[in-house]
Amino acid sequence: MKIDRREFIKASAALGGGLSLEFSFPLAAMAARGLPATEVNAWVVIHPDDRVVVRIARSEMGQGTYTALAQLVAEELDCDWARVSSEFASPNEHIRRKRIWGSMSTGGSQGVRSSQDYVRRAGAAARVMLVNAAAARWGVPAADCTVERGLISHGPSRRSLRYGEVAAEAAKLEPPKAVTLRDPKDWKIAGKSMKRFDIPDKVMGKPVFGVDVVLPGMLHASIAQCPVFGGKLKSVDSASAEKMRGVKKVVRETDFVAVVADNWWRADQALQKLRIEWDEGGNGNASTESIMAMLREGLADPKLPSAKRLGDADAALATAVKVVEAEYFSPYINHATMEPQTCTAWLKPEGFLEVWTSTQNAEASMATAAETAGLPLEKVEVHKMMLGGGFGRRGAPQDFVRQGVLIAKSMPGTPVKMMWSRAEDMQHGYYRPASVVRMKAGLDAQGTVTAMRVGIACPSILAILRPEGIDKGIDFSAVRTLNDMPYAIPNQQVDYAMRNGHVPVGFWRAPGLQNAYYRECFIDELAVAAGKDPLEYRLAMLKPGDKNRLVLEAVAKAANWGAPLAPGVHRGIAVSDGFGSYTAMVAEVSVSATGELKAHRLVLAIDSGHVVNPDTCRAQAEGNIAFMLGATLYQENNVKNGRMVESNFHEFRLLGISQMPKVETVLVPTGGFWGGHGEPGALCVAPALCNAIFAATGKRIRSLPLKYHDLRRA
Amino acid sequence: MLKLNVNGKIHQVDVEPDMPLLWVLRDHMGLLGTKYGCGVAVCGACTVHLDGAPVRSCVMPASAAVGKKVVTIEGLGKGGVHRLQEAWIEHEVPQCGYCQTGMIMSAAALLATKPKPTDADIDEAMSNLCRCGTYTRVREAIHAVAAKPATKKA
Ligand code: FES
Ligand code: FES
Repeated sequence: MKIDRREFIKASAALGGGLSLEFSFPLAAMAARGLPATEVNAWVVIHPDDRVVVRIARSEMGQGTYTALAQLVAEELDCDWARVSSEFASPNEHIRRKRIWGSMSTGGSQGVRSSQDYVRRAGAAARVMLVNAAAARWGVPAADCTVERGLISHGPSRRSLRYGEVAAEAAKLEPPKAVTLRDPKDWKIAGKSMKRFDIPDKVMGKPVFGVDVVLPGMLHASIAQCPVFGGKLKSVDSASAEKMRGVKKVVRETDFVAVVADNWWRADQALQKLRIEWDEGGNGNASTESIMAMLREGLADPKLPSAKRLGDADAALATAVKVVEAEYFSPYINHATMEPQTCTAWLKPEGFLEVWTSTQNAEASMATAAETAGLPLEKVEVHKMMLGGGFGRRGAPQDFVRQGVLIAKSMPGTPVKMMWSRAEDMQHGYYRPASVVRMKAGLDAQGTVTAMRVGIACPSILAILRPEGIDKGIDFSAVRTLNDMPYAIPNQQVDYAMRNGHVPVGFWRAPGLQNAYYRECFIDELAVAAGKDPLEYRLAMLKPGDKNRLVLEAVAKAANWGAPLAPGVHRGIAVSDGFGSYTAMVAEVSVSATGELKAHRLVLAIDSGHVVNPDTCRAQAEGNIAFMLGATLYQENNVKNGRMVESNFHEFRLLGISQMPKVETVLVPTGGFWGGHGEPGALCVAPALCNAIFAATGKRIRSLPLKYHDLRRA
Repeated sequence: MLKLNVNGKIHQVDVEPDMPLLWVLRDHMGLLGTKYGCGVAVCGACTVHLDGAPVRSCVMPASAAVGKKVVTIEGLGKGGVHRLQEAWIEHEVPQCGYCQTGMIMSAAALLATKPKPTDADIDEAMSNLCRCGTYTRVREAIHAVAAKPATKKA
């Protein structure tokens, strides 16, 4: 017998004041409420009144996976969508049941595309079992039974049974060895813009996020880490802080200090009063300038490993009619999730650890929590909360879970909710790597590209988060989009200088997308050098049938490429595949006489193979565009004295509503593959925008953010 | 002891007068719909109404709310669902949702003074920040509510 955790969160929230104690003991609580439900298989739970609960292993951060995966399961299950809800699968149960739900990791736009096969199979298997159970009860061949929206019918005898009536029997049957999945052409639930399950609670202000956890006797913590990355705690004078109202404890760990108090504000006020001495390590002198110098030195290294070699780029460059060369730069950028990093942990007297957190990877959270507490995985539960933004910050790095558990460990028996201040969050990220890229291309007499040589200097994300993924000195996330260009260029060489520095870097929405900016702006430079239209120039280098070509054509059509625009408005175009999908974008901008930029309209075409929820995909396109416009226009994190300069949103500007352009999303799914939506829409924003700025002003933007560029016409 | 009127109820809270209203709401009253985003009055995630006007509760001392009427997202619909909340659901405005309660509070205050806001009015009033980039739909939903005749509900 299984319970419906979503119900349960609602039920406990309804008791008032956030999540109650009940949340920790869902099974007992649900049994007490007398709600028998049957787990037909790990994904499908059916109540006697036919309500279907779909278990979701991936996390929800606004990208819609919590609903889209349920659509896929429900599609194959063939049940009444109006009676479907989702709940998160329990990570503890996941471990005890030998990782039955597959991957819990939610990054790389993988949530739907990497789960779709097994969740659809689970839905189909449950359907077969339910039909078999009904057939067995009637003593008729299952083949004579039909299903529609959760009603199983036996035509010849005119009998019917609802899923809820046979679920308990179905659960006892052997799952079918093979199932047939529906042709997406016949989808009735998947492929439709079903309303997201998580939205009503969010709109009503229900306590669904990590920071909203409330437990009996819970305390609050605010933390300070060494401002210089990698530094350690030397000493803390906490005398005055400890006298402050509500303060319960000052927790000293090797690399952070936390104040625990009876509310968060008091904890944070006392934290400011601590006199902390840090051992800054060897990086107290690092600066943006020293990091730039490190990257430039990398490009000058004559012995760099190559991420691509095709033909002989140097020889072809030597004989080229025209050579074009450019250097581009992008800064470090923080994820700046609107909900700061947070973790609530409770080390219980019986030696069981419960953790509540906003995580993109509950299994990684489990592993970090267990290791930190010195407990086996079976003795840990991670409650997956809704994330107030993720963008890659809360997946591979689980620093916040480690800290939350260390604090709880120092106060056994007491639940403690740790939340970072915004300043802490701004200054202790796993930033999008800064990078410098040099590109050199050779053109023949017709302007066709015969050779391209690229040098990429970029800190390695894998070196910090997944060193085993580095292949012969190459981090794929630092070279992608440049070493796998769809363009037919016969001679190519792409070299990679891994220069890591001391700033932690991480997977930031569409990791490696700086390369799409570099490549697509440089291609634009080549089109100009060749005197060709930038759309035609790209199309000429793309093989027939290439989906990059298809999305370019789709976006050109939707944006009316070539047709006259309002006076002063100019277009730019870009194309890039990534995260399983193909995208192209046209940006329409104007630049005033005083250099004021206005983005009027951005048109995005995306081919993700299949589309599970069109409205969610459109929302992701809009979100990706706003996210990347903010990054392109304003965002950077600078280093001075080894630490981050920017501390809050007044220095790290987000896009505002007044700057949001009109967005048009053209979904052109061609079937046959499964691509993502959480990130691909971000790829072309910077290059399409900067190419449009060039069209408007003649200024080529080779470094970001744009705020440093004088856009007045030269 | 401070006496605060929140969502029509009187609360007695034993807090420092300079504790920001945000933390009194969240940690003392269990009203968790109001969010912390920046703590410095930039992002608007903490927006509540003080005598009907939108304020950033992260920088508003609790004592400044004494004798005034505080309304949070939990009380906006007066026990039901506010028409802006309905529109937000209808237009699927939220992504992660973290900034959205603040957005809705700002939008409600805007509509209270300007029932038919122009795009420029929206640009000016909606200074809330959204990391997920839901602005397109925020605008749509506000216009949709403005276009409908107001019901007596809220
Ligand atoms: S938390 Fe108050 S404005 Fe950001
Ligand atoms: S919806 Fe995520 S910050 Fe606005």
